[in-house]
Amino acid sequence: MRRTLSVLFRKEVADHIHSWRFNILIALIALTALASMYTAAQSIRDVVPKLDTPLGDVSLFLKLFTASDGKLPTFVAFVGFLAPLLGLGMAFDAISSERNRGTLVRLLAQPLYRDDIILAKWFAALAVVGTFFLALGFFVMGLGLFLFGIPPTAEEVLRIVFFLLVTALYVAVWLSLAILFSIRFRQAATSVLAGIAVWLFFNLFYPMIVDLIAPISTQGTVDEVLRQIGWHQFLSRLSPVTLYQEATTILLSPDVRTLGPITVEQSVGAIPTPLPFGQSLLLIWPQVAGLVAMSVALFGISFTLFMRQDIRGR
Amino acid sequence: MSHVIELKSLTKQYDHVRAVDALTLDIREGEVFGLLGPNGAGKTTTILMMLGLVEPTDGEARILGINATREPLRVKQVVGYLPDDVGFYDDLTGLENLVLTARLNGQSDPEAEASARALLARVGLKDAADKKVGAYSRGMRQRLGLADTLIKRPKIIILDEPTLGIDPEGVREFLALIRTLSKEEGLTVLLSSHHLHQVQAVCDRVGIFVGGKLIAVGTVEELSATLFTEERFSVELAAEPLTDELIDRLRAVPGVAAVERTMDGVLIRASADVAAEVARTVVEAGSALTRLSRRAFGLDDIYHRYFEGRD
Repeated sequence: MRRTLSVLFRKEVADHIHSWRFNILIALIALTALASMYTAAQSIRDVVPKLDTPLGDVSLFLKLFTASDGKLPTFVAFVGFLAPLLGLGMAFDAISSERNRGTLVRLLAQPLYRDDIILAKWFAALAVVGTFFLALGFFVMGLGLFLFGIPPTAEEVLRIVFFLLVTALYVAVWLSLAILFSIRFRQAATSVLAGIAVWLFFNLFYPMIVDLIAPISTQGTVDEVLRQIGWHQFLSRLSPVTLYQEATTILLSPDVRTLGPITVEQSVGAIPTPLPFGQSLLLIWPQVAGLVAMSVALFGISFTLFMRQDIRGR
Repeated sequence: MSHVIELKSLTKQYDHVRAVDALTLDIREGEVFGLLGPNGAGKTTTILMMLGLVEPTDGEARILGINATREPLRVKQVVGYLPDDVGFYDDLTGLENLVLTARLNGQSDPEAEASARALLARVGLKDAADKKVGAYSRGMRQRLGLADTLIKRPKIIILDEPTLGIDPEGVREFLALIRTLSKEEGLTVLLSSHHLHQVQAVCDRVGIFVGGKLIAVGTVEELSATLFTEERFSVELAAEPLTDELIDRLRAVPGVAAVERTMDGVLIRASADVAAEVARTVVEAGSALTRLSRRAFGLDDIYHRYFEGRD
């Protein structure tokens, strides 16, 4: 890491940790996540006896993250819903606030590259968020241990760690978007609104639009239906929300064996065992790559925009 | 003396506006140079091009021989820049703000803190060092800004409208501080301003910059000499009686360029100080001299002269 970058990184991390905004967001997420975790712990007792399988095969520990009593959403759903808000909330005024405070010109008058500033903001926010999610995940695991007295298997721990990393990556996409808006819009309020609009669009409207554009009919030849499903999946995977949901589903529910359609012929003779971790990872690799690509593309746009921007004036 | 800042036909064209038009200027080592001009003359654009923050359309800016557009980083290592309306992180203390800049310039933590404390004492902010900048007054911020430009131990400092928004006493102190620093540390100072009489006292040389063009460069005396060759001095007088004959005799005084009647007397423009001659002429003509005032042309007059007819 370049020296100027690490100096700025340190400052940004300190800024986040001391800021009210970040602490409020963190408290919000921690509270909701813990609440849903608690209900999961209550309902997990109902999951176990129903199954006629040895405990090791159930991945009981992962149920902490995916089970719910129906009143509160699951831990995963909560995190998936709120993580974008965290990303947007941390970076919507990253550049515009520097500009409005008049500190941007002063920073740029120092011997540093322009991209150091946005890189430092991005890395710092990601580091803080990543640390927070890892801590939250491990805390939930610890609580689970305490509640059940059953230690998680190594594979479960790996799955959870990867789930947390994918979540951080998902936040990174929204961070990049927020930074882009903070460069494009001088007013922080405009930037927030734009961010929330995109978030709402992908969470609520995009699935509806995809259903409208690419309906899946229940009749027709296998080839036709398969083609329709493929088109539908392609469109919905343009959204980071879909990519994240697919990745977390596969990671936390090892009994899900595929994301695509499966014919009866294919499922005949398949042994209903959970998928090994390596296979799950292989399955979500494209999703992870998609999220990384989105992040990088958004960052690239921010970068070009920022390099060309007139840095003058408040 | 060598030139530390060399601008060669530096030009910046925005869409329809030519903000800086073929500016050529050399600034010598150790001098305090004032770039004077009205708002919107292109001063800030010129400064930003010197720092490599704005790319010139044509021409080049060399700072200590380094091309500012090609190697902005090397330029920024040796140039301290105080933007107009400088901003700080309000939730950090003055000391922390300075330490951050020092560290960005490659100083280690203890080194940064030591130099920050020394500079804060230097600009008179010793007691406010550990206060948050949010609580600073405008004058204190400006002094903190000066410390901020100095902390990288620059060879050149560029101050953009440094006196804006400070009270007159603050301006005097601030400029005196700049003058002292420049002389003691051998710093080259470039300051831009539209307040002429403020900077007149501290600048070794000034350049008058209007509409993207540098229209005159030199010491204040040189400028007034070239501008007002015929009429550098003026004398206003009132006499009783003020006859036409007296006015003719005044016109005949050596050095007098023009005599005009005003509401209550006459205004005499001259190329030399003719006050004593004029007084004698009036008395010898048998009139009573009731009022006489004289003045040399200062920067203000030069400024007005240049900006006459411009908006």
